[in-house]
Amino acid sequence: MIKVSKLSKIYRSGEMETVALSDVSFEIKKGEFVAIMGPSGSGKSTLMHILGALDKPTAGKYLLDSANVVEMSDDELAEVRNKKIGFIFQSYNLLPRTSALKNVMLPMVYAGVGKEERRIRAEKYLEMVGLKDRFYHTSNQLSGGQQQRVAIARGLAMNPSILLADEPTGNIASVQAAEIMDIFQKLNGEGHTIIMITHEADIAGYAKRIIHIKDGRIAADGTNNRQRKI
Amino acid sequence: MDYREMFIESLSTLTLNKLRTGLAILGIVIGIGSVIALVSLGQASQKAVESQIQSLGSNLLTVMPGSSQEGGVRGAAGARTTLTYDDAKAIETSDAITTVKSVSPEYSGRAQAVAGRNNINTSVMGVTPLYAKVRKIDISSGNFINDRDVTAVSKVAVLGPTTAADLFGEDVNPVGRTVRINSQTLSVIGVTVSKGGSGFQNQDDIIYVPLTTVQKQLFGVNYLSTISLEAESEEVMTEAQNQVGYLLLQRHKLDDPLEADFSIFSQQDILDTASQVTGTFTTLLSGVAAISLLVGGIGIMNVMLVTVTERTREIGLRKALGAKKKVVITQFLTESVILTFTGGLFGIILGIFVSYLFSAFMSFAFVVSPKSILLAFAVSAAIGIVFGLYPARKAANLEPIEALRYE
Ligand SMILES: Nc1ncnc2c1ncn2[C@@H]1O[C@H](COP(=O)(O)OP(=O)(O)O)[C@@H](O)[C@H]1O
Ligand SMILES: [Mg+2]
Repeated sequence: MIKVSKLSKIYRSGEMETVALSDVSFEIKKGEFVAIMGPSGSGKSTLMHILGALDKPTAGKYLLDSANVVEMSDDELAEVRNKKIGFIFQSYNLLPRTSALKNVMLPMVYAGVGKEERRIRAEKYLEMVGLKDRFYHTSNQLSGGQQQRVAIARGLAMNPSILLADEPTGNIASVQAAEIMDIFQKLNGEGHTIIMITHEADIAGYAKRIIHIKDGRIAADGTNNRQRKI
Repeated sequence: MDYREMFIESLSTLTLNKLRTGLAILGIVIGIGSVIALVSLGQASQKAVESQIQSLGSNLLTVMPGSSQEGGVRGAAGARTTLTYDDAKAIETSDAITTVKSVSPEYSGRAQAVAGRNNINTSVMGVTPLYAKVRKIDISSGNFINDRDVTAVSKVAVLGPTTAADLFGEDVNPVGRTVRINSQTLSVIGVTVSKGGSGFQNQDDIIYVPLTTVQKQLFGVNYLSTISLEAESEEVMTEAQNQVGYLLLQRHKLDDPLEADFSIFSQQDILDTASQVTGTFTTLLSGVAAISLLVGGIGIMNVMLVTVTERTREIGLRKALGAKKKVVITQFLTESVILTFTGGLFGIILGIFVSYLFSAFMSFAFVVSPKSILLAFAVSAAIGIVFGLYPARKAANLEPIEALRYE
């Protein structure tokens, strides 16, 4: 499903060069639940943005369902982000002053889903993440954990096969973090491929496979034999 | 995303910052408003000039002192004294002239007119009885100047209705009263019917005095400022022009028509020149208005650029969630077109209102052409697209991940 080989990313700003990723190769199959771990600044977010078709690598190959993502046009990338990938940002990135319902409907707007259908689906996913009574709350009226769950519902809105989450529990209390991991495991059970970044070992423990990154390189990659269950 | 939704969404975004939206719209309101107002002002003054000239009659020829320059109305400077009363009499009596019906020698000047405590500066016109016929002047009370007044150099005056009202008050019949002009006391013998009109020669704000009186008693001159001629018909205008021209050349002892010390114009000549002048005027005014519209457009561009910068994160998010370039461009263009279209709408209302004020206070016709309104709508929409396109493209070309990182 996802295959990257010899991926590298170098940020240039003037004279300064920062190597964020070098020579990263791996494969992720349908139905996996992968945690990417690593210290701060090791290149996790950079990798995730490339996987999410939000950014392009400096060199290397990225095949998504055997389509070459690196060579896609801006509009084709937009299509991939819209249909194939649900991206859950570390900082939620909800539209300000906009209701939870509208935030979840946004990807469907760009996919051309009809108004009624949009509402039905948005309500369904918000219910699923436990926000049944928060449809009309705007972003600033929701707690961090609730905002994160709106972001998850939005990520699910187009029913994408892959869900990417950048530190989904980074900014929230551990009780809520466990609830979100519960949601992820359910979604994984339903067949969604999930890739999440975390630097907390206990959160990574919920995944089936853990990839360690250090200084932009893969340091370890293996199955998690003691997957935590809620 | 269909257009209706896009429209509603844009509206709600625009209402978030009402002051900025309002100011951006104001620029367009002023631009479109001044275009509408100035164009209709130009058209109205053109109409006013045309109708005034046409009201003088289409068979009218005007002889002026000074040589003509390539069909222009202006005469050569200085040579203003070449036409005399005798020239006029000769035109009337000569056998060689067969196409002229009436001849009206005229001398016009400006003077202070005093009646009681009222003192006004007005135009004084020395005329013979035929003036009323040639210029189609009607009398509302009393009589016009007659032949005896001219031969006897009578100290009498006929007032235009505006002058009568200014000197003696509204609804007062001044016939029998006196008016002092250049230390001469003239008795008022009549008042003319209003001809309306305004602008360069108000025919209601005028005092008619026998030509001889004006020349000898009021201004001390022995020449004329114009001779008006009524041709037998419209068809013989050119012939009349030639006959009179030939006679005057003879009388002034000139061989070469190019040396003529007078010029003869038909109403059509004057109308053409006047239309040309007012046309240039209208174009000039429209140019000024167009510049204010341009400034308004730049204002829109400025506001849209600020909006795009402010909403960089939002744009990044929308792109991250699958918005394609076209959608982003359309969204921002919708906003700028809403701004300029609203501005256009209010600008049209403002422009019509201002034209109405013009027409009310300057006694112009109230002309607002539907063509200029349609054009204003089209122009305001076009401004929205032209000046909104750059900011919209800027938004659409943002890289999602960089836009999301923008603080
Ligand atoms: N836009 C950027 N410009 C320059 N350097 C960047 C940019 N984004 C990230 N980096 C650098 O790349 C490296 C990896 O960053 P990141 O992928 O955000 O790490 P992580 O998410 O693991 O903390 C860091 O050294 C960071 O400073
Ligand atoms: Mg990070």
